[in-house]
Amino acid sequence: MTTIDAAFALFGASLLLAFGRLVRGPSLADRVVALDLMATIAVAMTATQAIAADAAVYLGAALALALVAFLGTIAYARYIEWGRTRP
Amino acid sequence: MTAWATGALLLLGAIFALLAAVGIVRMPDVFTRLHASTKSATLGAGLSVLAVAVHFGRLEVAFLALLVVAFLFLTAPVASHMIGRAAYMAGARLWEGTVLDELRGHYDLRTHELAGRPEEAPAAESDGEAGRSGSGPDPGPAIAGDASRER
Repeated sequence: MTTIDAAFALFGASLLLAFGRLVRGPSLADRVVALDLMATIAVAMTATQAIAADAAVYLGAALALALVAFLGTIAYARYIEWGRTRP
Repeated sequence: MTAWATGALLLLGAIFALLAAVGIVRMPDVFTRLHASTKSATLGAGLSVLAVAVHFGRLEVAFLALLVVAFLFLTAPVASHMIGRAAYMAGARLWEGTVLDELRGHYDLRTHELAGRPEEAPAAESDGEAGRSGSGPDPGPAIAGDASRER
């Protein structure tokens, strides 16, 4: 078992734990926090895949994933705060 | 040598990500979960991306990796602050062991603006059990007028 496999296993375990909070979270804010954590872990897993496949192009995918996760989190936060009443 | 550095950075990042996941499962409150997840998960992702920069050892890859790290470190506090503020506005329950809520009574819940002034805080605190819903009638309309003019 190489170091990369161990890192993938740890990232997968944390992804599963965050998914448990996503399923169980009592409020919508808990689920958004869990989704944000899962997106951050996905960025880290993309970086790990860049090392595993020895291809640096995965870094662009990591950057795009981080950007989309940030925008999604902001949109969810505005939805929680204002609902549908105000834009 | 670089293989050792890469492996160490990767494992450290994975351990921090696991720490964030354990925190988000174990913590009792939205805000403590946010506190646990955001910082250590950002650190874990940043360490893994740094491991990519060390592994390839080329300038353009290192530049892109530093760009990703800078973007993560800039956006994570903004996103977590917005989630925390939205959860507070939506009336998220605090943990029953909470000893201090300094924002209590300071927000005008209709306009979501900071309504109370710091010197009025004891008055709002002793105003009664209305708490966060009763944020003082006097500053409300003025702040609301400002907000409607801004939008």
